[in-house]
Amino acid sequence: MFDPNKIREDFPILSRKVNNHPLIYFDNAATSQKPKQVINAVKEFYEKHNANVHRAVHTLSQEASQLYEDAHAEVAKFIGAENVEEVVFVRGTTEAINLVAYSWGLRNLKKDDEVLISLMEHHSNIVPWEILSTINKFKINYVSVDHDARLSRESLEQQLSKKTKLVCLSHASNVTGAINDIAEVAKLAHEHGALVMVDGAQSVPHMPVNVKALDSDFFAFSGHKMLAPMGVGVLHGKREILEEMEPFHGGGEMIREVSFSPKSRHCSIVWNVLPWKFEAGTPDVGGGVGLMEATRYLTRLGMGNVRAHEVMLTEYALRRVRESCKKVKLYGPIEPTAKCGIIPFNVAGSNSHDVALFLDNYGIMVRSGFHCAQPLHEALELNSTVRASFYIYNVQEEIDRLIQVLQEIERF
Amino acid sequence: MINIDDYVSRVEGTCGKEKDIIVLFKYEKRDETVKKILGKARMEKSISGIIFELSFRNVSIRLYGSGKAIFRNLKDRNELNSILSELLS
Repeated sequence: MFDPNKIREDFPILSRKVNNHPLIYFDNAATSQKPKQVINAVKEFYEKHNANVHRAVHTLSQEASQLYEDAHAEVAKFIGAENVEEVVFVRGTTEAINLVAYSWGLRNLKKDDEVLISLMEHHSNIVPWEILSTINKFKINYVSVDHDARLSRESLEQQLSKKTKLVCLSHASNVTGAINDIAEVAKLAHEHGALVMVDGAQSVPHMPVNVKALDSDFFAFSGHKMLAPMGVGVLHGKREILEEMEPFHGGGEMIREVSFSPKSRHCSIVWNVLPWKFEAGTPDVGGGVGLMEATRYLTRLGMGNVRAHEVMLTEYALRRVRESCKKVKLYGPIEPTAKCGIIPFNVAGSNSHDVALFLDNYGIMVRSGFHCAQPLHEALELNSTVRASFYIYNVQEEIDRLIQVLQEIERF
Repeated sequence: MINIDDYVSRVEGTCGKEKDIIVLFKYEKRDETVKKILGKARMEKSISGIIFELSFRNVSIRLYGSGKAIFRNLKDRNELNSILSELLS
């Protein structure tokens, strides 16, 4: 049974106070808190199994390698990947997208090609492509959003053409929580011969995700938003595409052979097999172990239950705000099922940072500003927003407290 | 001469169209800091004695009892430093 009060007992940080008030953590879209199971798994790795992975014969290295490979397998199962070779561990969503940009984009995007990017993207799914376009001279077209910040299907269809080589889209917006129909977009993109790069940072932690069913070509997400430590994330790519790609980083681990030829005075290099071809250098094994434990924790809860809990909280929060806070303006989709548990808002007469500092004074952690999505704010003509975002350990009583303090802000 | 680094822990420029500056005062000095600022700036409004809307040299400041303050529409960091030097001296 999904019991958020029981879940809360697993999160040591939730028992602390901030500014003499019980901590209410509503900044989950930025990063999640960590349960003791994950903390202990990382601790146990460093206390009992720490060694560098692969190519050593000693016991500790064998144990560490096994754990690290198990972590890949666990994540593959969690997202419904076809096989473990499709799951590359990286530092996070940003690195995953950069990997695709430089390994795939650098060699496949040419002058006259077009890349479609939605205006709702996090900067991490905009900036790497903008940088690359200055090198390879391809064209970027932006897909607009409608009045409630949802992807404009019309704009997408209008801009898709045979020139389109890649569509970059978030599964769920990190500002509004709006969920995009990736399977539908992938179908459209594939009909035009384009690949799809999905930023899944806000979806994988919060809802069941099956990359096979979505038919995404690249799918990126971060561990730290789904209970795992910071510094580990995932790029899922279709095997046949990853096989064709050259590595992103060069170094140890990602090669099978580096042989010096005295005749040519060069080294000939044979890449390692997937996914190691894309994991140069010593990996974050402890982070991988933490990610494995996080996926096990979420699997035990059931991702369907996680989603249902967040829909319930979102529905409750939207209703309470509408009923009780006359000066609060909400943005994004109003149907709780059309979004993940993210609520962007402003309070009339106060800027977003005032509101965030005011809430902080009462122990309530929210984010304010552009949330690394300035183009979306510009499209919606917003100077900035406050963002409250929920997760498995949040409860209705915390939303009641948020409403109380928002009412104080309205009176101020 | 006051050394503002003795009082200030972090300074953050806000992310958004509003170009405000948030100052986080050192935790162990927050009570002293709040008292000093309240003694110098003009009180416009206060809530429960823990959040204060202030003005000083035509700059609007919101000060929190938790030891944080938001300074609005400053020209630059130099202006912030100059204001903080006066407020904390």
